[in-house]
Amino acid sequence: MAEAEQVKVLRFWASPWSFRVELALKLKGVPHEKVEEDLANKSPLLLASNPIHKKIPVLLHNGKAIPESLIILEYIDETWTDNPILPKAPHERGMARFWSRFIDDKCVGACWMSCWTEGETQQMFMEQARACLRILDDELGGRRFFGGESIGLVDISASFFALWLGVLQEVAGISLINGDEFPNLCRWIEGFVASDVVTECLPPRDKLLAVFQSKKQAILATKSMVY
Amino acid sequence: MANAKEVRLYGMTRSGYCLMVHHALRLKGVPYDYVEEDLKNKSQELLRLNPVHKKVPVLVVDGRPVAESLVILQYIDELWGSLAPRLLPEDPHRRAKVRFWADFVYQKVVPLTYVIPKAEGDSKAAAVAEFRAQLVVMEGGVREELWVDGAGPFINGDAPGLLDLLAGSCHTGIKFLEGVAGVQLLDKEETPLLCSVMEALLQLDVVKETTDFLQQHVHNDR
Repeated sequence: MAEAEQVKVLRFWASPWSFRVELALKLKGVPHEKVEEDLANKSPLLLASNPIHKKIPVLLHNGKAIPESLIILEYIDETWTDNPILPKAPHERGMARFWSRFIDDKCVGACWMSCWTEGETQQMFMEQARACLRILDDELGGRRFFGGESIGLVDISASFFALWLGVLQEVAGISLINGDEFPNLCRWIEGFVASDVVTECLPPRDKLLAVFQSKKQAILATKSMVY
Repeated sequence: MANAKEVRLYGMTRSGYCLMVHHALRLKGVPYDYVEEDLKNKSQELLRLNPVHKKVPVLVVDGRPVAESLVILQYIDELWGSLAPRLLPEDPHRRAKVRFWADFVYQKVVPLTYVIPKAEGDSKAAAVAEFRAQLVVMEGGVREELWVDGAGPFINGDAPGLLDLLAGSCHTGIKFLEGVAGVQLLDKEETPLLCSVMEALLQLDVVKETTDFLQQHVHNDR
């Protein structure tokens, strides 16, 4: 590891994706600088670091740019090897990657669209979202974390459900995540947000609620996750 | 681990996602059983092994299943890490770039393969133009971030890696789509590097063996 390492995260305070990166760095005790981006006015550094997608988060490590949150998480685990976030055994690693992809490819989108659609379309998305949450709830079972005794890749990937989903469903006036249908997930949420490292990194709930309230009309119009 | 494992791949002959897994296993010299699935009539086994997505490919090693093609390729590379070729580079930054461009294909290129066959007229032309444009973006990105002149013929070096296998599957899918939709999607002038990688892959014995092997399983119904 280099003597004077430069680690920066191009981030947006309200984004669950840049939260993932900051949590991973915090879990591994990697000092880093948070560079706040104005998503309506992206910096030249962001556009140069992620020219293809032009999105946050981007990890800058000694000048090297790594975009895409799940890819960043793997890079972090491979570069700073204390407190691993991926398991050691190949099959378990495969399953951790599988579940992270499931969260990103299926779960988050269904939950997001449930909030901003209406009528039959909304019903369809809510059914999909519930099916996803059920699958995650079953997968977690009685375990403390998806990673077992400690926070791992899947827990970090699932952080959207720990805070953002609750906020979004409040803004949208719907109910998706609840303790009756998803007892394991709700227990996980309590444990996750109560852990010291997570508490230090999470954005304040009231600020998050306020920003989504203020952007509600814009989001309803576009359904876009870029807010 | 050097002990012989029981390896079984559940797949479908025309699936590019499955093709990559065949290639990866054969490149590493891993013996495996193959089960051809009829996707209109999925087996109980498949539904049990991949209850979340109910899709192929699924790779089962000593009874434990792994699903999702890119996850499977990384799993193969890690489980048989002592067998050449390594499908991903050693260096974490290069690994991140390989993952980035693989993800790019799934995010930007693959969705258009569903749009193009159903589109007509102007919207078809637009979808084709976008497809070709995204390949050009990938060409540029791979050339700048991963390609080392003289270290080819593959992006991974003298042996194919994850991105090369993905390119090979794309080639098969693209040729099929070109035939079905009556369009041109690949152009050597636009994407010379990607085309040369695909050509180099097609020359490999393991790729030819896989094609011959899968011929036995091709269904008569379309």
